[in-house]
Amino acid sequence: MKLHEYRSKQIFARYDIPIPRGRVAMTAGEARAIAEELGGRAVIKAQVLVGGRGKAGGIRLAQSPEEAEELATQVLGMHIKGLPVRKVLVDQAADIQTEIYLGLTNDRATGSPVLIASAEGGIDIEEVARVRPEKIARVWVDPLLGLRTYQARNLAAGMELPRAHWGQFTDIARALYRVYKQTDASLAEINPLVILGGGSMLALDGKIVLDDNALFRHPELAELRDLDEEAASEREARKYGLSYVKLDGDVGCMVNGAGLAMATMDVIQHLGGRPANFLDVGGGAPAEKVAAALEIILSDRNVRVVLLNIFGGITRCDEVARGILMAMEEVKPQVPMVARLVGTNEEEGRRLLAEAKMITATSLLEGAERAVAAAKGEAIEHPG
Amino acid sequence: MSILADRRTRLLVQGITGREGLFHASQMLEYGTQVVAGVSPGKGGEWVLGEKVPVFDTVESALTATGANCSVIFVPARAAADAMLEAADAGVPLLVCITEGIPVQDMMEVRAYLTGREIRLVGPNCPGLLTPGECKVGIIPGHIAIPGPVGVVSRSGTLTYEVLYALKQRGIGVSTCVGIGGDPINGTNFIDALEMFEADAHTEQVVLIGEIGGTAEERAAEFISDHLTKPAVAFIAGQTAPPGKRMGHAGAIVEGGEGTAADKIEALTAVGVPVAEHPEAIPDLLKA
Repeated sequence: MKLHEYRSKQIFARYDIPIPRGRVAMTAGEARAIAEELGGRAVIKAQVLVGGRGKAGGIRLAQSPEEAEELATQVLGMHIKGLPVRKVLVDQAADIQTEIYLGLTNDRATGSPVLIASAEGGIDIEEVARVRPEKIARVWVDPLLGLRTYQARNLAAGMELPRAHWGQFTDIARALYRVYKQTDASLAEINPLVILGGGSMLALDGKIVLDDNALFRHPELAELRDLDEEAASEREARKYGLSYVKLDGDVGCMVNGAGLAMATMDVIQHLGGRPANFLDVGGGAPAEKVAAALEIILSDRNVRVVLLNIFGGITRCDEVARGILMAMEEVKPQVPMVARLVGTNEEEGRRLLAEAKMITATSLLEGAERAVAAAKGEAIEHPG
Repeated sequence: MSILADRRTRLLVQGITGREGLFHASQMLEYGTQVVAGVSPGKGGEWVLGEKVPVFDTVESALTATGANCSVIFVPARAAADAMLEAADAGVPLLVCITEGIPVQDMMEVRAYLTGREIRLVGPNCPGLLTPGECKVGIIPGHIAIPGPVGVVSRSGTLTYEVLYALKQRGIGVSTCVGIGGDPINGTNFIDALEMFEADAHTEQVVLIGEIGGTAEERAAEFISDHLTKPAVAFIAGQTAPPGKRMGHAGAIVEGGEGTAADKIEALTAVGVPVAEHPEAIPDLLKA
């Protein structure tokens, strides 16, 4: 779960990381009032959960409260990468001398946190990593010890930060580690961390991504979820404990297990079809989950056929089939349904589904072939 | 022969009185696994599964009483890290954690604690181990695989079942199937499993089932090129997955251009590992 810049910076401030004066505004009038409080010059920043806000014109500098109002009107009317701008952050304009990147994230390869810094801040760090990898310094942190002062100092030296700033840099890095640790973040990033004309440092922009699996420890942070972050159908799926990702094809997929769900999509594409979604319905495929999943898949108007691929294993397929039939009673799909079931009593399961005019298959390849053919409008023989 | 689990495995089930733990303990017992103990704090002294398995309050007391040498963990996500540490601290040499949804930072602490200790963790968020005909530790359905010379290692659950089933239908047997799990940070990686398969006299070839996210498959390809003398084949799930989206598994995400199926397939193909176009095609790629 991503946090907005203003939320992230509010958290930074609680850990004594210096941030610019400023507040969030929902209207242009509010933006004007905030700019007045800040003394006139202000930066208007769109609060949307996507990168590239600056390039899209979502970050603007106002010289006066009047201009702040005018620019806020423009920014609040924007959509950036499809997301509506509902709020702007109005920050005091800073006298920037130098921009640095500082971020903490999980390193999968070592299984430990990694603190990353670069003297080339303010731009996309992944771009820097690709083009000038020598400009990026890293230190790996022992999760049982936490970030030590010498490690942060090594990083400052590694990025050739002038010595005068080492003390403040080290304090900020260690504070950022506490933020990362105590919010269960998977990313805590200051980009840019700026050195001002007077020599002090300021976290000009901030980003925190939280680990969804740790939100049970942070109910106050869980409430900050921005509903725009995910599509309505994905949000609905999460409510039922389903993982769903919408794609742009026409073969709807319902599969138990994430790996198998991906493989099912891949087979559809391999056969010349286009998957409409990823959906993991979970183990056992109980009727109420199947019904919810079916509703979600069919809410996508592009879907021309639904392929159910349930590898039951221990689960009894006749029970899964009855669950599917109950769900179909409830949802009444208007598109062809193809089912492939494997597990205990699978023949009985297939028989029940075939009776209900579902197309059945015994292998994944066969199921996918039938689904792709149905999506292309080809007639399909009903077995039995 | 096999790796990690065999008929000498004496299994402890942490979380044995929970719904999942109890159900799968009965399945493991039925398969022939020696399920010697269960742990469920507060329920010590009880017996479960037809009075066959004693329940203990702590891993330490279960170990003292039964000499268990492997623990399978069905404890809910918020308590799973604690369960792994408890088992490690008590001296269980092999931990298999089935639990899904464990916070990443908990896993980083567990891994840091295990580093340098003679303890192997498999998982979390995995289906466990199956040595057909001998022993099952976890939730892999026993009847979908037969004993044989093919080692299987996978990041997935039901996709692994699909492959085991496809092998069985062609009469191809498996030495051991290792589910290493779909989390970004886990205990055993592909290389660990490949090393064990290389050393196992009865494993003749290896099937590797990977998916998008991270670079574990790329590192496995390097290992295969340098150290694996046995033939390997692979399947990589997620060729159609869009970047930046988590595909069910916590670890299945293409981030910053890293972790794509195309990169993994290229890395494996480059070292001579045939990559199947779909999971049911894996048996065709194995050496007869």
